[in-house]
Amino acid sequence: MAKARKVPAIIDNPMSFCPGCGHGIVVRLIAECLEELGQDQNIIFALGVGCSSLLGGGLVIDRLHCPHGRASAVATGMKRVQPENTIVAYQGDGDAYSIGIAETINAAYRNENFTMISINNTNYGMTGGQMSWTTMPGQVTTTSPLGRDCEVTGNPLKFPELAASQFDVAFAARGAVTSPKNINKLKKYIKNGLEAQINGEGYSVIEVLSPCPTNWKMTPLNAMKRIDEELIPYYPLGVFKERKEN
Amino acid sequence: MADMIKGNNAIAEAAVRAGVKLYAGYPITPSTEIMEYLSKRLPEVGGSFVQAESELAGINMVMGAAACGVRALTASSGPGISLKQEGISCISDEELACVVINVVRYGNGLGTLYSAQCDYHRETRGGGNGDYRCIVLCPESIQEAVDLMAPAYDLAEKYRIVTVMMTEGALGQMMEPCEMPDFIEPKKHPWGFDGKYSYKKIGIFDRNSMTEAVALNKKHETIKAEEQRWEEDGLEDAEYVFVAFGLPGRSVKGAVKQLRAEGHKVGFIRPITTWPFPEKAFENINKDVKGIISVEANATGQLIDDVALTIKKTIKDRNVPSYCLPCVYGIPTIKFTKEGLHKIISGEIKEAY
Repeated sequence: MAKARKVPAIIDNPMSFCPGCGHGIVVRLIAECLEELGQDQNIIFALGVGCSSLLGGGLVIDRLHCPHGRASAVATGMKRVQPENTIVAYQGDGDAYSIGIAETINAAYRNENFTMISINNTNYGMTGGQMSWTTMPGQVTTTSPLGRDCEVTGNPLKFPELAASQFDVAFAARGAVTSPKNINKLKKYIKNGLEAQINGEGYSVIEVLSPCPTNWKMTPLNAMKRIDEELIPYYPLGVFKERKEN
Repeated sequence: MADMIKGNNAIAEAAVRAGVKLYAGYPITPSTEIMEYLSKRLPEVGGSFVQAESELAGINMVMGAAACGVRALTASSGPGISLKQEGISCISDEELACVVINVVRYGNGLGTLYSAQCDYHRETRGGGNGDYRCIVLCPESIQEAVDLMAPAYDLAEKYRIVTVMMTEGALGQMMEPCEMPDFIEPKKHPWGFDGKYSYKKIGIFDRNSMTEAVALNKKHETIKAEEQRWEEDGLEDAEYVFVAFGLPGRSVKGAVKQLRAEGHKVGFIRPITTWPFPEKAFENINKDVKGIISVEANATGQLIDDVALTIKKTIKDRNVPSYCLPCVYGIPTIKFTKEGLHKIISGEIKEAY
């Protein structure tokens, strides 16, 4: 008989994500990691705006809803005054990489000792699917109705690669939620990022390729397929910055 | 004998003694010495200093620290405080406590480096989006600024509100003798995050704004009733009453002294809190007063609005004329204020309201 897995204690209420959204999987993984690392009673979340803020109603943890794009600055302030707490900045791509790119980059630049987890679904989810800095070339959004033209908008941003290559961060990786195999790998990345922080090694970033069936106007299954076939070739999965002791 | 010290340095040291454990900000004249001083001083006392990439990031770092119930500070000048408004509005909305220092410089946009009071409207009205106010403290001297630093945090924490210390460029840059207060070890607040969810908080989408609005109004009314601070003199028989805060307030006191010696029945109110505005002081004004005069360091007259409204509320049976003497920037001289009164008496300056 299959053994039912225990829901982590810090998840108490249903969260109102759209059907087929990837946020729920990531939240579950983070909660499991925190519990396994003995940090689930030692955790403060700096929540981004947009769909990330829906975590606010579902997790029984200390969390602050941060202004648009500023979660990494808020997390910096939290970690500086409470270094004994585990701090997670949880943001979407529009929040972390478009409006908040200054705060995001500068936290990595300073090698602040917290963990940033960004959900990359290549658009602004909550505001109805506008173009973000990770929208794919040719992708139709409500603000790139003819498909994203990178000649005039720039190219999609790869933040974990940027952090790993330009800054002295502790850990940088990208995962996806498209298959059990990828989900298990993603959990390892999240755990690594949190462990890096707990050990005082510095900044860790884990980006997650995640489906947005509602705004992509796809079935959940086709949205997962899109990630595998279209996103992963551009946004490679894996670890870009290994932790020093590994 | 107290030691001579520069205004900004004195304020920074007072912040350390009030138990500040985090400073985050971005340089801007004439406030920068506050952060320069704290970059050395805070690590000495086990605090944290962050030179943020922007004013926006700075105030949000303060928000993070404030969420943990720790005393946090940022300081800037007019244009920098404009950038911080998003964070100040959010800190207010979350009912967190912190202190923001505005060392005011003159002008719109980038402005100039002249000392001024042109941010009065912004600071006393809240400044950012939404329904909120900040408690605003306006010292007239370095000593008063230093003495107000610990109360600024006490007020912020008592009401879970942002306290703005609104000083002026000249106050930040000048030197005066100053006695430093003793060190305080602030108590840990139950609402500060500890990672254990001991302060139960609801999610943003679960809030009841109608209920919160009632509570917010009640809080504002309590602050208005309990926390007005001012200095006054000569109101009982005054024919004309000057109202001025900060360095102009200090200068006006000198003008009132000289005018009294010359036989003019004048008095003054120096607001120390500009929000809550010291309405109670106006109740002490002679009911036969001929006029009320704001003296302020800006171009258009901003304090005059509160002055006119308050005299309307306190002397209801007739329209007491209110006049404005805006000196644009700098500190109004005693001569400026005295000549202003003569022009008002002669009818050369007309009432504003």
